Amino acid sequence: MNTEIKIAGVMFKNPVMTASGTFGSGMEYSEFVDLNRLGAVVTKGVANVPWPGNPTPRVAETYGGMLNAIGLQNPGIDVFLERDIPFLRQFDTRIIVNVCGKTVEDYVEVVERCGEEMIDMLEINVSCPNVKEGAIAFGQKADALYQITQEVKKKAKQPVIMKLSPNVTDIGEMARAAEAGGADCISLINTLTGMKIDVERQRFVLANKTGGLSGPAVKPVAVRMVYQAAQAVKIPVIGMGGIMTAADALEFILAGASAVAVGAANFINPYATAEIIKGIEEYMERQHISDITDLIGAVTGW
Amino acid sequence: MLLKKKENVRVLSTARLAEGVYEMWLETDMAKERAAGRFIAVYPKSRATLLPRPISICERDAERGALRIVYRVAGEGTREFSSWQKGDNAEILGVLGNGYPLEEAEGKTVLLMGGGIGIPPLLELAKELKDLNCERKIVLGYRDRNFFLKDDLTKFGEVFVATEDGSVGTRGNVLDIVENSGINADLIFSCGPLPMLRAVKKYAGEKRIPAWISLEERMACGVGACLGCVCKTVKVDAHSHVHNARICTDGPVFLAEDVDI
Repeated sequence: MNTEIKIAGVMFKNPVMTASGTFGSGMEYSEFVDLNRLGAVVTKGVANVPWPGNPTPRVAETYGGMLNAIGLQNPGIDVFLERDIPFLRQFDTRIIVNVCGKTVEDYVEVVERCGEEMIDMLEINVSCPNVKEGAIAFGQKADALYQITQEVKKKAKQPVIMKLSPNVTDIGEMARAAEAGGADCISLINTLTGMKIDVERQRFVLANKTGGLSGPAVKPVAVRMVYQAAQAVKIPVIGMGGIMTAADALEFILAGASAVAVGAANFINPYATAEIIKGIEEYMERQHISDITDLIGAVTGW
Repeated sequence: MLLKKKENVRVLSTARLAEGVYEMWLETDMAKERAAGRFIAVYPKSRATLLPRPISICERDAERGALRIVYRVAGEGTREFSSWQKGDNAEILGVLGNGYPLEEAEGKTVLLMGGGIGIPPLLELAKELKDLNCERKIVLGYRDRNFFLKDDLTKFGEVFVATEDGSVGTRGNVLDIVENSGINADLIFSCGPLPMLRAVKKYAGEKRIPAWISLEERMACGVGACLGCVCKTVKVDAHSHVHNARICTDGPVFLAEDVDI
């Protein structure tokens, strides 16, 4: 049975990754999961300098999901390269570094710093809904996305994944803009912008007022968007949004994702990633599927 | 310290201790671990409420392999917990957090200050402190005469009580008792609502005694990955090198002078 997949020349032992921001740099969850099992660890977003993030409360539970407005708190690229990359290199898994910034120059600086490191791919976060500057400003307009993709690609030594926002009118257009800008891959969905109000206190639950919705509540939207994006471009797609089980992961693969990322599920079940990998293998055995790549985009119509 | 784990455990017993306040004993090996000031996270069974609820450990029985939690019904998750019965299964994550630095208490007079649903962790703390050479003064603040855990705590130190409505003991809060009763101590261990902890911090600063306070915040992962439950710190934190420590992992117990609350 083959569970290996290849994205932009990089081989992954299986298609299951962690979704950025839900798994730190792997250290915290290494108590629960053998990181060697994972296709890749996608790290929490890192900027050129430390970011303090947003005020608390930063998280809120919603029906079948959660809102977060962490605001990309991160230690900056210096500490990240000194501490987190050596930690992850102890494991036989691919490393994808999620990059955030306020300006094009910020993104490029991080991308350049990663150039000489043992990092397999870069994921450019142009879709975080919780920061005022940068990020989403590049991810909601096709021409801005095209331009930042081009700028990043000029300097990047590793293949580049553009992480797309679902908070757009036409996801196909955004996927095509990233592809035209030279992206090697796209990943989606980032969180959907949401809001929760405490009716007893008549107050916003999150200090940031809005937050990004994730968890199983968003999955049908995510599957639809991954399908539309995969239809729109030739580059590979990494699918995510509410994956809790192997069946959820397989939905994304059938919709056209070459790989999948597990996010909020880690909070709900810290063993989720490993269980999903096992579940995919069991599915393949049961369905007599010898190669996982045969499933990518294999959904059929009625 | 053992690795953290998620476990399916059995509910050994449940009880209602006061209006809206419940206890549950859970059968788990986690009871072998240090517990004072640490917590577990309990998962609701409902698929609508997915995140685990952080709840402090009230008491542990290492021999029986059981942990006691005491919690207030504050929302849908805790409302579900209050319906669980003896023999039910429960999914829990633990043991989480750092806990109180017991060794600081050696040879000292320790003031344990608890307010409302911040009182439960003081029981395990008082129990563990009893094995040390220290004097324990326990000051508890309740809303009204619906006490919980007061009788358990009297076994481990001298207990003083305040009620917000003045129905029993000193009218007011834990600091009113300390001031009215002329209680002196070398060290404070405290848990309670934020306004109380701010007052404890101020009092400890004026008296120049160290105060270790247990904070709470909305949590998602409970293990230090999501950065949801941070508190502002005076010094740069070890994880993100900003001024935001993770309450679930770097805390929940902090030296009051180290946090900006």
